[in-house]
Amino acid sequence: MHLRNDSRPQGSRLSLRVAVMGGIAVALFGILFFRLWNLQVLSGDKYLAEAKNNRTREFKVIAPRGDILDRNGEVLVDNRTSLALQLNTEKLPEDPAEERAELTRLAELAHMTLPKVRRAIEEGEEVAPGAPVTLRRDVGFELIAYIEENQREFPGVTVERVFVRNYPNGTFAAHVLGSVGEIEKEELKEARYKGLEPGDEIGQAGAEYAYDKYLRGEPGRTRIQVNALGQPTPGGELDSTPPTPGDSLKLTIDGDVQTAGEGGLGARGLPGAFISMNIDNGQILAMGSNPTYDPSDLIEPTQAQVNELYRDEVLAPLVNRATEGAYPTGSIFKIITALAALENGIITPDELVQDNGQITVGTETFQNAGGEAHGAVELRRALQVSSDVYFYLLGLDMWKNNDLQEWAHKMGVGRPAGLDLPEEGETLVPDKQWRNQLFKEKLTDRPWSAGDNLQLATGQGDLQTNPLQMALAYAALGNGGKIVTPHVGLEVEDPAGRVLQEFEPKIQRRFHIDPTYRADILEGLHAAAQEGDGTAAGVFGGFPIPIAGKTGTAVRDGHADQSWFAALSPYPNPRIVTIATVEEGGFGAESAAPVVLDILEAIYDKQASGVSSAGGAE
Amino acid sequence: MTIYATRTRNARPEPFSVHVGIAERLGLAHMDWPLTIAAVSLVAFSGFVLGEATQSDVPGDPNYFLKRQAIYALLGIVGMVLLTRIDYSRFRELRVGIYTFLCVSISLVFVFGFAARGSRRSFELPFFSFQPSELGKLLLVLALAGFVIDGARRGSEVQRTVRYLCLGLAPAALVFLQPDLGTSLVFGAATLGVMYFGGVPWTHFAVIGAALVALVALVLVAAPAAGVPVLKGYQEERLTSFLSPDEHEAGAGYQQNQSKIATGSGQLTGRGDKATQTRLDFVPERHTDFIFAVIGERYGFMGAAFVLSLYALLFWRALRITTLSKNTYGTLVAGGIAVTLLFQTFVNVGMNLGIMPITGIPLPLMSYGGSSVVATLLAVGVLQSINVQAHLGQRGRFAW
Repeated sequence: MHLRNDSRPQGSRLSLRVAVMGGIAVALFGILFFRLWNLQVLSGDKYLAEAKNNRTREFKVIAPRGDILDRNGEVLVDNRTSLALQLNTEKLPEDPAEERAELTRLAELAHMTLPKVRRAIEEGEEVAPGAPVTLRRDVGFELIAYIEENQREFPGVTVERVFVRNYPNGTFAAHVLGSVGEIEKEELKEARYKGLEPGDEIGQAGAEYAYDKYLRGEPGRTRIQVNALGQPTPGGELDSTPPTPGDSLKLTIDGDVQTAGEGGLGARGLPGAFISMNIDNGQILAMGSNPTYDPSDLIEPTQAQVNELYRDEVLAPLVNRATEGAYPTGSIFKIITALAALENGIITPDELVQDNGQITVGTETFQNAGGEAHGAVELRRALQVSSDVYFYLLGLDMWKNNDLQEWAHKMGVGRPAGLDLPEEGETLVPDKQWRNQLFKEKLTDRPWSAGDNLQLATGQGDLQTNPLQMALAYAALGNGGKIVTPHVGLEVEDPAGRVLQEFEPKIQRRFHIDPTYRADILEGLHAAAQEGDGTAAGVFGGFPIPIAGKTGTAVRDGHADQSWFAALSPYPNPRIVTIATVEEGGFGAESAAPVVLDILEAIYDKQASGVSSAGGAE
Repeated sequence: MTIYATRTRNARPEPFSVHVGIAERLGLAHMDWPLTIAAVSLVAFSGFVLGEATQSDVPGDPNYFLKRQAIYALLGIVGMVLLTRIDYSRFRELRVGIYTFLCVSISLVFVFGFAARGSRRSFELPFFSFQPSELGKLLLVLALAGFVIDGARRGSEVQRTVRYLCLGLAPAALVFLQPDLGTSLVFGAATLGVMYFGGVPWTHFAVIGAALVALVALVLVAAPAAGVPVLKGYQEERLTSFLSPDEHEAGAGYQQNQSKIATGSGQLTGRGDKATQTRLDFVPERHTDFIFAVIGERYGFMGAAFVLSLYALLFWRALRITTLSKNTYGTLVAGGIAVTLLFQTFVNVGMNLGIMPITGIPLPLMSYGGSSVVATLLAVGVLQSINVQAHLGQRGRFAW
């Protein structure tokens, strides 16, 4: 092609080129128009939503958890504010070397190692992407001041006020109160935690767990308009909902009674538990377990030794032995054997039984503790001196049927107690079916035998129960056949102290106890506790309030005998059941009874001095 | 009207031509009025958008960008009118001088240039910073068209094609080194545009096209794989991130994502002052490279389509002028300018809509920036000059 500038361009060739270029232009503009239509008209809604989401940022304002009080209004748990060192990872330098330098400086200041800081960031990113990561709580003011003065060296580092659960009395009532912790990934899926977000704090045990929905409160939200850098725009606050603090929980626990129980049990220096409960309404006045723990150690477990101790499987300080223990009970079980025999017509209260100190069933010989012979005893005497032979014979009479087991179940042993706390352990009342099933599966060497029932009749052998269940059984005896719902939650109050809700759980079930039988058994228990050669007369003989009580000495394989004591007070119209057990504490009167005495003294001292009543005890 | 109608002899009077004395004397009588209207409307709309969308950008001076853009527009319009009266053919004679000026001015930027974000592109002048490569787009077309005609009889077709390519790509390479990838691509488009209208055989374009594909593959895939990166990291990311914007949400894809969200959220009629995407800095460079997203969000499909239509009008009139020109030089210049405008418009709008890579090419007449606005208006002036000369030439021959 030759171009000549002095003439007009050659027509046909140029027109083809112009036409092709025009076609290209039509195609390109067509693409743009089509794309524009697609973006704005077809998917405009989607992009509008994205744009709206883009320009606002929501800040969560944490709500303080409600306080937990004892029944007298004493604060057992509240919150303290703490300064937390937080890191907004989006603002870290992009350059890896600079980022590393900043994190190293930060780690040094926070007394952490660089890998630890990185792990904290990673974990934080996993649970709540984009949210600031809390590196450390409870940082000192000097550190805050230093960081604020040198803000330029620490981009993205902020100091936030956060609420931390505070336990002013340390380990006090720890097993009742429970602990808090950040919600776990799996928990987020549960219905009871609907609406919660990663990083939220929830109750993990005890009342903190059981009454979490009242204590938790509602976080507030502040929505503000931000620009692309995430900075608030002037006047950009769109709306804000203030946080609603959690409501306070008042417990049925009486601080003074609890103190007495913990003091008494602690003085034994052995693992054990106690519980004291109103037998008419199920309110638990005191409940404790030893060894115990400080819930605040669980919030920020920093000390390695503490961690190790808390994981110890034998001491198991986190376990509430009052509700999660699984022990034979020794003779305190005898009230159940007595009721079963009386109600089933196997014996009458006044029927005399010859106690020669031992009986032989088949090839096995069963003897009284210490082998002592009590001579001819009827029901009351058998209870007073804790004649095993008397109850062996009753057990022997009932070994082929299920009467004893039925009554144990009736009275709340071997089945869930319906406690309002999450901690309830597995228990077992051995029976024919259970043993024979084991035998069938070759897990035991023999089928159900009379000996098994003899053991159960005296609270030994394979029986596995805990103080809580025994408290229900004694309460049922004391109140004439009502199984109450044991609970520690008394009422919920708003932060201003107005009562929002009272907890009055219903009686779980009722059964008939012949009043004369009840009176006879109580009389025997009263004698055991406070008369003559009663098994605990040495402990309660001088106690001014009449009570009905029973010692128990449980034989455990591989352990020294476990001490038990159960008391109904006052006698003859009891209102309160108090039970204590001390692992390897020896005879019932040796260590468990003194713990109960401490508790009862606290309850009745208080009444004597006219301080507000504990659990309606009169 | 058929766009590419061949008019060898008797062009009829333009419907928009104004046959009055004053216009005659100003040399405006034979202006292409639709072209003028499209160009002036675009630059006026640009001022309007900047005035509305950048109120809070410069503290204490809500109309900072509007005022400056208005001054640039006035300067550009005066230049356009002046050029309209000049016979563009003179530029052909000055081709060597123009080409030398082009290369020297771009080179000088390396020495005296003002560095912004790691790239030296412009001189700081008392009133504004002058970016030679913007004016260079027009200068390259003017010079290259001259060279094409000049060398039309020398050498084989292949030799000629190679020569044109070298002449065009030399300044493009200089610009690339500034580094300004976008403008160097525009230089390339301008070169190809002039060559296209200069009659370079189709087969050569096919070869060039194949070479381009190979080059892209080499630069983006082969060279980095071999450990010889040609593009700076950010450049490469910007070029490729539009293919997978979600992967680069926070990085290079961020701008494009935000720009898409902005445009899309405008829907049919726009969000007006509620246009948060572009008002709150989510879309970066919203007064320059991403001004189309501002239009899309504030004025919706109706506004954006209106602007696109003005560009279509602009291009159509430019293409039409290639067919009217009194000589081949005018055809090549008009064609080069038309292709340059089309390329810039498509790449910029496509980038705003998320279908083209981010290359930093401004939207002609809309994006804020003195050099770009003035240079584009001057290019329109050259188009006008070609149109006027075509009519004057005809009148000379056929007096009516």
